[in-house]
Amino acid sequence: MTETSEGYTTADGRQIGGVLMEMKNITLRFGGVTAIKDISFDIREGEIRAIIGPNGAGKSSMLNVISGFYHPQEGEVWFHGSKRPAMKPYQVAQQGIARTFQNIALFEGMSVLNNVMTGRLTHMTTNMAQQAMWWGKAEREEVENREIVEKIIDFLEIQHIRKTPVSRLPYGLKKRVELARALAAEPKLLLLDEPMAGMNVEEKEDMSRFILDVNDEFGTTIALIEHDMGVVMDLSDRVVVMDYGKKIGDGTPDEVRNNQDVIDAYLGVAHD
Amino acid sequence: MAETQAASGALISIPALLARNARDMGDKAAYREKEFGIWQSWTWTETSEEIRALALGLLALGVAKGDYVAIIGRNRPALYWSMVAAQMCGAVPVPLYQDAVAEEMAYVLEHCGARFVIASDQEQVDKVIEIQEKVHCVEHIIYLDPRGLRKYDHTKLHALADVQAEGRAAHERMDKELDDRISAIGYDDTCVMLYTSGTTGRPKGVVLSNRNIIESAKASAEFDDLGPGEEVLAYLPMAWVGDFIFSIGQGFWTGFCVNCPEGESTMATDLREIGPTYYFAPPRVFETILTTVMIRMEDAGRFKKWLFDTFMAHARKVGPDLLDGKPVSAGDKFKYWLGNLFVYGPLKNTMGFSRVRVGYTAGEAIGPEIFDFYRSLGINLKQLYGQTEASVFITLQPDGEVRSDTVGVPGPGVEIRIDDSGEVFYRSPGVFVEYYKNPESTASTKDAEGWVATGDAGFIEEGTGHLRIIDRAKDVGKMADGRLFAPKYVENKLKFFPNILESVVFGNDRDYCTAFINIDLTAVGNWAERNNIAYASYQELAGHPKVLAAVQEHVEEVNRSVAEDEMLSGCQVHRFLVLHKELDADDGELTRTRKVRRRIIEEKFDDLIKALYDGSTSIYTETEVTYEDGRKGKITATLEIRDASVVDPGAKVAAE
Repeated sequence: MTETSEGYTTADGRQIGGVLMEMKNITLRFGGVTAIKDISFDIREGEIRAIIGPNGAGKSSMLNVISGFYHPQEGEVWFHGSKRPAMKPYQVAQQGIARTFQNIALFEGMSVLNNVMTGRLTHMTTNMAQQAMWWGKAEREEVENREIVEKIIDFLEIQHIRKTPVSRLPYGLKKRVELARALAAEPKLLLLDEPMAGMNVEEKEDMSRFILDVNDEFGTTIALIEHDMGVVMDLSDRVVVMDYGKKIGDGTPDEVRNNQDVIDAYLGVAHD
Repeated sequence: MAETQAASGALISIPALLARNARDMGDKAAYREKEFGIWQSWTWTETSEEIRALALGLLALGVAKGDYVAIIGRNRPALYWSMVAAQMCGAVPVPLYQDAVAEEMAYVLEHCGARFVIASDQEQVDKVIEIQEKVHCVEHIIYLDPRGLRKYDHTKLHALADVQAEGRAAHERMDKELDDRISAIGYDDTCVMLYTSGTTGRPKGVVLSNRNIIESAKASAEFDDLGPGEEVLAYLPMAWVGDFIFSIGQGFWTGFCVNCPEGESTMATDLREIGPTYYFAPPRVFETILTTVMIRMEDAGRFKKWLFDTFMAHARKVGPDLLDGKPVSAGDKFKYWLGNLFVYGPLKNTMGFSRVRVGYTAGEAIGPEIFDFYRSLGINLKQLYGQTEASVFITLQPDGEVRSDTVGVPGPGVEIRIDDSGEVFYRSPGVFVEYYKNPESTASTKDAEGWVATGDAGFIEEGTGHLRIIDRAKDVGKMADGRLFAPKYVENKLKFFPNILESVVFGNDRDYCTAFINIDLTAVGNWAERNNIAYASYQELAGHPKVLAAVQEHVEEVNRSVAEDEMLSGCQVHRFLVLHKELDADDGELTRTRKVRRRIIEEKFDDLIKALYDGSTSIYTETEVTYEDGRKGKITATLEIRDASVVDPGAKVAAE
């Protein structure tokens, strides 16, 4: 792999573009606790980027920084070549960043379809009164958005539960619905927080296939946190390894696998 | 025969029927498919345009006259259109079972020498690519759903939409060639080639001509008065002759609308939304629906349960008579009307059967209780008996003469005779041309006068003229003491219990009969839940002592019933075991249409059969299983063998 500023070609022949998002010297503190210590890395257009590390390494905090939920005390977030000011999460969403959550955060009483429709909210312009009347523009808008949502439902193979309330679904399917909602926003960058946590082997295989298909079909850039090493090494193009808030490795799965610091972090070596 | 399109202008091919439908009922819906949550429909004019574009595209790709075009996938309009487009080019469509593993697919593709494969999606394309090392005939693969295929090498791979677009672009250049090809199609040219799953040996390619298909479609449509207003749901495998006759043959002949469900998992919803007027399902489907209804009723409140039980009892009493137009008292009629309001109507609506005018079941015997359940609700469910070699229809039950133990009278134009050994023979316009590249089998099945051996033993009932089927002729045997052995007869009785999914009875040349039993996971699982029986796997549930006890009761009940038949009383099951795995087509134990492959099971479970006859009470066994993706694994189990009490018919007579 030769990396240039224009991008690189992966082992399986995919073209990866330039830098989409860059984290520059991020430090995040909660009171006296430093969750992230001076971390820099970039995410390139079209790639699948994994963030891994032992429990408490600061992975989820990192994802929350990207999604605008946490504001780092130091460092800069660059998106699309410009520095991002401190933003509210909804503003970040409007910029084209969507995410799923480690603990599922769906509207339990609503149907799958309606849950996925909420993912389209950032793309809707009519107000509540217009939607209540459901006439003219509001109707047109809903039809357009429904079409996009139906394509995603088809893509993720959840047609049979379209009208089922989310609360009645098993865990694995809820995860898929969450992915569907994130996709409905047609994000440029998709953040997945432990998409396979608590799944059995078959469900993991399904989810991996969906993640690869999403990347392939829509060209979506994906940043994911995952514990399952097998999954991470198979899926991702490049991996950032964190431990105790520090970056201890960054590179292709093979490079990371052979990195002594990473091996130490996972097998356990006394920290100073 | 020199009857061709140009000479007569007659309706002697599917493309000719398409042209007629587009001309005479162009605005009527021909196909519907639920996609993106909406039923999308195509009129006959649109269908005709789509098919023509595809045919032109296939010509541009180089489809030659007499080529074989394999079609693999679930029921989708574009795949039906592919078959007709292939016919337009003078090629022969060969639909394959989509759940076939790569190895099975390799055999068929090699055997017919398919140059083109039209596949539904990545899964099927992968299978075809996987076997490229062994099968060299395939030149182009066309796919329908582009998902996941973007990165594939496209030198031999084409999207169906692209092929159509190329066809549209090239129409000026190709129109004449295509029209020439269409008008050259003769009545006796091959319409389709279907591979029979075969309970023994390799699949055989059954060649059916336009005459076979169109004559059969015509006769059967007249028999049941099918018109352009019918709605059918196409969900059975496209490689099965029935689907070809219903969705293409009768569909094009009458011009009715074929509806394709969104996917396998949405079948029930789609069925309900469409509400077909003409419906076909194998007994297993009817069984499953009934089991689901019964399980849900068990969970219903006490009042609802009472309402259901009361009115169902009434329906069972008068429903079939009402359906057959027999006299019923006014009071009973009123009660039935009430029942329809409260129970039957809503129930039929839930099942999607509100509008069914003609329903058929075939392929296997259907349990009398199941059959009566549907008929008592006012659903005109009938039986038919058919084969791929007959273009489906041999016998059908006319309205008003429906019973669960016969398969009906010979269809229009069908002749039937029973030979000395009891085997059923038939002759009809639907009789197949030949087995492809297999003259020996053709000769041994079809004689010079056109009579075809069904391989089934049966007899014509005196008085009614209805045909009754006993068993596969080659399965009927003799026990060691010379008594008649008809396994299917006993197996069907066992299978009529909801708890039992499948059974295999042994006893040919033996002293007594024994059986393998497969439990029905839905029914038994629900029963276990109700009775607080915990289980972690199919295997554990199948081996549970309480399950074994329940199965034993069923076996003993069947024994009592079998003993009543003097001729077959020797077929009572003395010993049985409950299998630790479900019999599966992927393991070769069943055919793709889910018929038991006796010889293979006998070989594979040789150790279990031995144990059934050597008096042991348990047996340890290892079984190879094939996963859906073709990988193989092994499961081990220790099975308990139980003795079932049998009735001695001699003793019974003496006691009387």
